[in-house]
This record gives sequence, C-alpha cells and structure tokens, in this order.
Amino acid sequence: MKLSVKDVMRCVGCQSCMFACSRRSGNAGLSNTCIGVKSTGGISRGYTVIVCRSCENPPCANVCPTGALVPKEGGGVRLISSKCIGCGLCKDACIIDAVFWNEEQNKPVICVQCGYCVDYCPYEVLELITDKKGVSHD
Amino acid sequence: MIKNDTLSRVLYIDLSKMKSFVKDRKDLFEKYLGGTGVATQLLLEECPEGIDAFAPEAPIIFAVGPLTGAFPLASKTCAMFKSPHTGDLGESHAGGRSAIAIRMAGYGAIVIKGKSEIPIYLSISNGKVLFKNATTLWGMKDGSIAARVMRQSEGGEGLRAIFRIGQAGENMATFANVTTETYRHFGRLGLGAIFGSKMLKGIVISGKQMIEVANKKEYRSLYDQIYKAATELPVMKKYHDVGTAININSLNSAKALPVKNLQMSSTEDIKAVTGEEIAKHHLARRVACAHCPVACIHLAYLREAYDDDPYFYKTIPVCYDFELIYSLGTMVGITEPKALLKLIDIVEQVGVDAMSMGVILAWITEMFEKNMITKDDLNGISISWGDVEGYIKLVKNISKPATDFLKACAHGVDYASKIYGGKEFAMQFGKNEMPGYHTGPAGYLGFLLGARHSHLDNGGYSIDQKELIKVDLSPEQVVDKLLDEEAIRQILSSIAVCFFARGIYELKLVSEAIKLLGFDLDENKLHEIGKQIHLNKYKFKMREGFRIEKLEVPERIYETPDPTGKITKDFIKSGLDYAKNLIN
Repeated sequence: MKLSVKDVMRCVGCQSCMFACSRRSGNAGLSNTCIGVKSTGGISRGYTVIVCRSCENPPCANVCPTGALVPKEGGGVRLISSKCIGCGLCKDACIIDAVFWNEEQNKPVICVQCGYCVDYCPYEVLELITDKKGVSHD
Repeated sequence: MIKNDTLSRVLYIDLSKMKSFVKDRKDLFEKYLGGTGVATQLLLEECPEGIDAFAPEAPIIFAVGPLTGAFPLASKTCAMFKSPHTGDLGESHAGGRSAIAIRMAGYGAIVIKGKSEIPIYLSISNGKVLFKNATTLWGMKDGSIAARVMRQSEGGEGLRAIFRIGQAGENMATFANVTTETYRHFGRLGLGAIFGSKMLKGIVISGKQMIEVANKKEYRSLYDQIYKAATELPVMKKYHDVGTAININSLNSAKALPVKNLQMSSTEDIKAVTGEEIAKHHLARRVACAHCPVACIHLAYLREAYDDDPYFYKTIPVCYDFELIYSLGTMVGITEPKALLKLIDIVEQVGVDAMSMGVILAWITEMFEKNMITKDDLNGISISWGDVEGYIKLVKNISKPATDFLKACAHGVDYASKIYGGKEFAMQFGKNEMPGYHTGPAGYLGFLLGARHSHLDNGGYSIDQKELIKVDLSPEQVVDKLLDEEAIRQILSSIAVCFFARGIYELKLVSEAIKLLGFDLDENKLHEIGKQIHLNKYKFKMREGFRIEKLEVPERIYETPDPTGKITKDFIKSGLDYAKNLIN
C-alpha cells in the first residue's frame, strides 16, 4: 500500500492529517507527524501536501551513514531507530522534504504508509493505493 | 494539568529592553484553564490601573487553551489588552494557525510589554525570541506585503503563524486590527493600535512539539467522537457550506439586517450579496484554520481590468463572511458584489476592524447627507450611499487622517459623534461599533452588557430570534439568560475552542476532554469557573472606569422596525438597571 495525494486542489489546509499522523503515537501535538501541509506561497494560492513517495531507490537511505534507513521491497524505507545517530543527512537528501524530524528525539520520522491520515481528511485529498511496483502517483 | 505540559509556560517579552524570559504559571492555568480565563488574570496582574492604553507599560496578552493542539476546533487564541477604543477591556479572538503555533512552540501564553525605539517584528521558535528590525516594513500601504516579507525571511512553513498590522495600526487608529494568516483577525477593539504604539509590526511563531495525554486509548476515542461531530453534524454544515453569509438573506427577510446606517432593517436590493449568490458567482476557494476540518473561511476572487491597458487584469482573493457583507455592504448601501469585495480588500490592506469601519463610514455618510459636515472635513471627498470609490478613499483617509474630523473618526464613531454631533445615529454600544444584528432587545442588551461588547459574548441575537420573536420575556429574564450564556462562553474561550463549535463542546464534553489533559473538573465546577472568569473581566472593566449607568444607546434602534417589535427604551433601561444591581 502506498499513500498518495489524490487531489491537492481540494486541500483546505486544516492539517487534520498531520495531527492524525502524530496521534498514531497516542499523544497529541505534531512532533511525530510525517505528512506536511503548507501554503503554496500564501493561503490564497492553495496548499502543498507533502507525503513520502516511497522511492524505489530511496535517496534518504542511500545517504544514511549507519544503515538506519532500510529500503523496503516495492519502495520506501523503514527506520531502525536504535541505529540512527540523528545526523540529518536523510532529511537533506529528500528534495520534497518528506523526511520529517522529531525535534524532541532528534530523529527522523518516516511514513510507514499506514493510511491512518487518509481517514482524517474530510476533503478526499489523500488516498491509499495498492501499488507493488512503486509507480509514481503524483 | 499533566506534569510536563508546556501549557503553563508563559513567555514574557519586554520590547523596551529587548529581553524575554519564561515563567511557569501552573497556578493560573490550573485555576482558569487557559485562553480568556488566564489572559484576564494576566491582564489584571500586568496592566497598571488607569494607564493610557498606548503607554509602554500596557501589556498585550495572548493565551491558548489545554485543548489546543489536542482536539479539533480548539484553534482560537485569546488576545487581551486595555482597549484604546473603549478605554476598558480589550479582548479579541483569532484562529488561523495562531493558537496551534503558540501551543506547538511550547507556550500557553505570551505577555508583551514595553516599546521598541525602532519598528521590529518578533521571531519566536525553538525556545528563542529574536527581535528583528522591521524598519523597512513600516509604512507599507498594504499590510499583506509585510507579511509576505516575513514569510520569506522566516522558517517553519506550515507550522507557523504570522501576525501583522497594517498602516492603520502603525498610525494607531483605535480600531486597527492584527491580521494572522492573511484572512483571520484579532479584529475588534484595537489590538493593532497597541502593536503600533509599541512599534511592533508583527510576530512569527512556530513549533511542532508533542502534547502528552492522560489516557491514549480514551484520547483517540474522544477525538474520533468530536471529529465525527465536526464533519458530520448539521449544526456545523452552515459554516461549512455557504458560511455565515447564509444569514444575510434570512436576516434581511426578517427585517433584522442594518441597511444604510440602520435607517432601514432590510432592502429589496439584497439578492446579489446574499451568501448563496456570492458563493455561486465569486467563491473561489474555502480554507480552514489549523486543526479544524470545517473550513469556514470563504475566499472570493475579484477580477478587475486595468483601465489603461486592454487585456490586462488583476485577480485579488478576498475573504468574506456575514459581518463583512453587512458592515461594508448593506450598512453603507453597497449591494453589488464586486463593489463590496473591492471595499473589503482595501479594509484588509490598511488593517482595521471591518465592522467598526463600516459603521463609521455609514455614520459619515449620514452626517454628510444631513450637512452636519462638509467636503473639507472629508479632505475633499464627497460621499453618498453605495459610492464604493468614495468609501475606498475614506478608508485610506481614516487610516492616515489629514483633517481633524477624520482624525476623530480614527477614534471611532462614539468619539467623533461627541465632537461633531449625530450621536443619535452613531451606532455604537459601549463605544464599540455594532455588529449586523438588529434582531431585538436581547441583541442590544447583549452588546451593552457583554464583557467585550461583542455579539459573540452571549448570543443575545439568538434569544431574539429563537424566543422573543415568539414569546414574551421580561428584561430581567433576558439579562439572566445573557449572563448565564456568557459564563458558558467564558469556558469555551478559555479551553479555547471556536464559538462555531459551541453546539459540539457542551460542558459535559468539555469536562471529558480536559480530563485527558489532566484537569479534573465536572460540569458544575466548570460553570462556576466560567462565572468567576466573567466577574474577573468585569473587575478589570470597572477598575478602568466602565459603568453600566454611563452607557449611551443611539436613538436609531428604537425607530427602525425589528422582528420582535420589542426594542423599547423601557425594555433596555429595565434590563440595564437589573444588570447593574447584579454586576456592581
């Protein structure tokens, strides 16, 4: 399964998805979110929704010096937190800024493609799609 | 509250010394929850008695609540200050990302005092307060440009709030506002003028921390219950679909909509500016405050041609709602949507309370029509009902006044009418310009008695529309209902949820939600706290000279038909007399 932005033009910027993602950990706030919603140069121009695209040859994993980010079959990465030294190279390597950062733990937060956020988007901006090949979907 | 919750951290900023520090104020948050409750106490502590609202020592206070960042619709920031417009309590609420950003930055409240020698803006993130030189941003005619510069200079995209004032705030027009996220405002009572008096152009604040909850499973379950209500309940649908503008048609039909300075309470010429019609022809996008799935913010696109060049256009996004269609539309005789949107746009650019500005423009028009002022008073401008180009010039002139009359107008309609006459049609209540509800006596008693003179203090207009239109209530019964409702609303603005969600956040639910943030308070206890907060607000008001017996009511409200037919001098006087005994 893969998280995808179905129609970014429907986004109203409520950030319910971001709060949902962080809430998976059980607590409130935004520290664990790995989805990002920001305005596209001002609210009137609409929003940019940033989700991990589950790259097949992920640049974030390629630059990890400790092997903490492990590429998954079909795309995307898995974080082995105990190996991560918090250097932030993965964050810099992702050109769409989809490697988010937990400031409190000084470690990346990586989308696990669970789709929890999808259920909290009231405007059908997000969807979870089946794609074993990791083909791009916006 | 939960031990490690950063809600109780209060950030104190001194603009004179360019210093800041944090103090833990669990004492205040445990007693008054947050938002309005805590801000009132901080105001009582920090604001010296009888001080000039523009003195450096006069504080600006922002406070958020325990539910901010934890539950949907808890996205309001309460601002408190001594109002330069009324001389007593200044309280104004705004959404956008303001509350989430303050909470996520690790604070429950911010207190700003002092005065900078140069224009500055504050950049608050990662536990630091930076004082940035805003000299280059000062004096820009469109406040949104200053916001754009701050947006480009600062980090925290998607996680930040950007507060800023416009030219009216810099020039200390007493009803200047503070805008956040381009379309949300600390609108009423002149916070923008206080920013201006401190040479504070704006604030950028951001963060993304965690908030611990008492029980993770119950938290998720209660969250889902509230989220479902917010996205599915019919009570939220009104805000979600056409928005508050849907009320234009119904209030006009009921003869409750102020038209041309309330010379009338309805107009046949309404169709094009009803919420439904504006949505049909001009609505371009709906957006939301952070952590609110409702998306009640309606943006219209105004496409205008340049006269000097064919096929050359500008397209301007303009936010509209009920209050703007009333104040900058029907109140000044504008019932053509493009003209309305143009007037809203200039009001946004200069940064003033749209309701106050509309009422002032309406009063000026009537003064001019009655030959009580001249063209010279208006800096050479002639004005008549519906003249949008004239109004645009007046808005600019009031924000940067050149004549004594316009300078007086920059202090509001009460101040100006005391000098130039026309008090009987100067539509102010407690020195604050009226909102768009000529619904009946409960509405007016609500404006007069509400702790911040807002129609949202106690929903008096709702008593008119739901009860007084059908049954008789005594003035005393009405006042009891207003005060009771106001106590409940103090709780809502303390936790701090949007009043649009009052149908969801009943006290029982509030009690359950705050329990997960470590507050063990049942409904009765909450009601008591609400009453206490209301009294504390009145304590500040009375301290600063507010007296019910000094309230003046414009004669116009008794002359123009309303849906109840019950707006009489006796009713209003009896209500005020009764309230005086209860409150004093």
